[in-house]
Amino acid sequence: MKTLPHVDVVIVGGGWSGLLMAKELGSRTALKVVVLERGGPRKTEDYASGMDELDYAVRMRMMQDLSQETVTLRHSVKDRAVPLRQHGSFLPGSGTGGAGEHWNGVVPRFQPDLFELRSQMLAKYGADRLPQDHAMRDWGITYRELEPYYTRADLLLGSSGKAGNIRGKQMDGGNVFEGSRSAEYPNPPLKIPYFSALFNDAAKSLGYHPYPSPAATLSRAYVNPDGVARGACSFCGFCERFGCMIGAKAQPTNTLLPVIQKHKNISIRTGAWVRRVVPDSSQKDGRARGVSYIDSTGEEIFQPADLVLLCSWTMSNTKLLLLSGIGQPYDPVTGKGTLGSNLTHQILWPGVTAFFEKPLNRFMGSGSAGVVISDLDADVFDHINLPFLRGGTLSAMSFGHRPIANFGGVPRSIQSYWGSEWKRAAISYYDRTGRIGFAGEHLPYKTNCMDLDATYKDRFGDPLLRLTLDWQDNERRMAEFAVAKGTELAHAMGATEVHASPPLRTYDATQYQSTHVQGGAIMGSSPEYSVVNNYLQHWQMPNLFVVGASSFPQNASANPTLTVLAVAYRAADAIIDRYLKNPAPLA
Amino acid sequence: MQRRQFLVLSAASIGGVLVYSLDRRAIRLSAQENKSVRIPLRFFSQAEALIAAAAASRIFPSDDSGPGAREAGVVIYIDRQLAGPWGRDLRRYTQGPFDEDVPPELGYQGKANPQEIYRRALKDLKGFDKLSPVEQDAKLTQIEDSLFFELLHRNTIEGMFCDPLHGGNVDMVGWQLIGFPGPRMSNYDDIDKHFGDAFRPKPINLRQSTGSEPLPIEDEK
Repeated sequence: MKTLPHVDVVIVGGGWSGLLMAKELGSRTALKVVVLERGGPRKTEDYASGMDELDYAVRMRMMQDLSQETVTLRHSVKDRAVPLRQHGSFLPGSGTGGAGEHWNGVVPRFQPDLFELRSQMLAKYGADRLPQDHAMRDWGITYRELEPYYTRADLLLGSSGKAGNIRGKQMDGGNVFEGSRSAEYPNPPLKIPYFSALFNDAAKSLGYHPYPSPAATLSRAYVNPDGVARGACSFCGFCERFGCMIGAKAQPTNTLLPVIQKHKNISIRTGAWVRRVVPDSSQKDGRARGVSYIDSTGEEIFQPADLVLLCSWTMSNTKLLLLSGIGQPYDPVTGKGTLGSNLTHQILWPGVTAFFEKPLNRFMGSGSAGVVISDLDADVFDHINLPFLRGGTLSAMSFGHRPIANFGGVPRSIQSYWGSEWKRAAISYYDRTGRIGFAGEHLPYKTNCMDLDATYKDRFGDPLLRLTLDWQDNERRMAEFAVAKGTELAHAMGATEVHASPPLRTYDATQYQSTHVQGGAIMGSSPEYSVVNNYLQHWQMPNLFVVGASSFPQNASANPTLTVLAVAYRAADAIIDRYLKNPAPLA
Repeated sequence: MQRRQFLVLSAASIGGVLVYSLDRRAIRLSAQENKSVRIPLRFFSQAEALIAAAAASRIFPSDDSGPGAREAGVVIYIDRQLAGPWGRDLRRYTQGPFDEDVPPELGYQGKANPQEIYRRALKDLKGFDKLSPVEQDAKLTQIEDSLFFELLHRNTIEGMFCDPLHGGNVDMVGWQLIGFPGPRMSNYDDIDKHFGDAFRPKPINLRQSTGSEPLPIEDEK
């Protein structure tokens, strides 16, 4: 193994959290920072000719190459796990920018009570009403403490939206159920396309409080506090699974990389596949000495560093800790251990498909353009007579309909899905269908977790990560409730026919849901149940930080990226303001 | 080594459209001309190509609601996909053991790659292209639940609506059929207009839209 010269900070993963930490630490201090990214380099110019649905959205040009590594899945500890051999319910990215390149850019904040879910739910409903085997936790941090960091994240991205609550004052037209904000969004909302406008009117007519989806895609030209300038969205309709050709959608490569490139003390090494965090066995208190990785030529490298930041995706952060033997693996049978617990996946499968008389011009759109209601989210509505806890949002997004993914839906009167009759109907309805989608909270359970697989290996012979994951009745009932409300909304929009999605049964790894898989190395106020403290510092290894949605004890209905950025900002501040002066536990 | 195979199409049989040769240059055929064109195949034998083309034409027929898989060149699209990284499973996890006795929610667990799935199924469909449309539909109905049919159905839709640089959607016939205008650089001025009215800009393909020559995955070395 070749040993490289020592650096101050080594960061594993070049996505949103890795590059944000690199930018903060590298631009506010003189520390030498190295980012190790296992994929290839990326930049905005790469996307100039990227509006190719087949290459990017169907063949998944930007996603992880599963021939190198995947994960295995089983529904319960009683089942056999098998590898997820092709992409399905989530789409991890690869290359500089990570999944932050191909996202849709939807940037809501989490509901304030989510950060104290366990104590709030216990206080309000009592232990008997909570689902059996739940593993809800408090984060060890409150929304109020996180609010300034949310605001910084909004300014970084140039979030476009309409506030619903500024310093406790409810604002018409925004999300009136959201936590108090210190300021309005940096930019006004994106324009509202026709389909979403129909939803807006229908939601109002039913007494809901619709608001424009908050977007990391700019509604107008914007210069952020780092001096990074980006232009406004053109509604081309190629966001999700694509990089933005004009840089309107905030991506690590167009928002963080321009700052990083100005600082000679920060470097990014692509093609670097990190396999282990290397602990210092000579010290009793437990410190990381650095990381070992395989570079693009296949050579094994040791990179010594004072500070190690794991900033890869949820599953990779968890896998690296497990492979490195740092922390106690969680055992779902005994309930002992912490590492790998609280695996959750945002519920994004239920919804309704609505057929309309008039054309919708759905080829136009943007990944975060649309209208949302939060009236049925979290605990903002009455659950007294409902058979579930928590909730989610319903929305009519106008992502931009691309034909391969969206051709083929027909009314029930058509029985076939191929041949002349189907073809005629599918052509006729192609631009007259729209989907009202539900995004629901996924509670953590003692049964849903990650560990190492005993059978299947990655390209280097390391065990694959094994997911044990299934839905419980709380999610199934929540989905049923949401689909019924979505059906009412679709009818109020004037739909001539409405198809509800099938009920949630077992976890389906073949249908894309979202890439919002969370947990594994959760944060908290005690090492008894969490892996990192609320500064994302490892309880057993003070010079190791684990950043990203791996730290979230439960899944919100809201998409996680803004919260990932907010908690990363807070960790960066704590490292710079406190840890560097005294490299000791921060909590 | 296998001899290079060609798909020989007569102008009349494909209804007079553009077809693409190996180097992706378009050749236009007119139905009135008594001509044929030899399209070099990358994966299929000629016999396989004729069967696959006939089956794709029953899934997405050419009829009074407009052109179908034949005019869009779907078989040429599928041939290229099968010869490329997708057909050979270069980005799928293919390490064993292969345990197929698991719930379908865990996804396809088989060892066979798309090339092998097609080749086996097309062998079983020998003579399919000589059957009448009614007989062809009956045959396809029998295999509707097969993995091959699922792939063919999916690939047919892809070949109808992909950017023409992949060999399908020739002349953007698929996009014209459904009013999809292709990759337009900007809809900024139109996104909040045309409420309730069909807004149908003339389609443009990726090359026309960006002025570049993108290299599709299947053509990468």
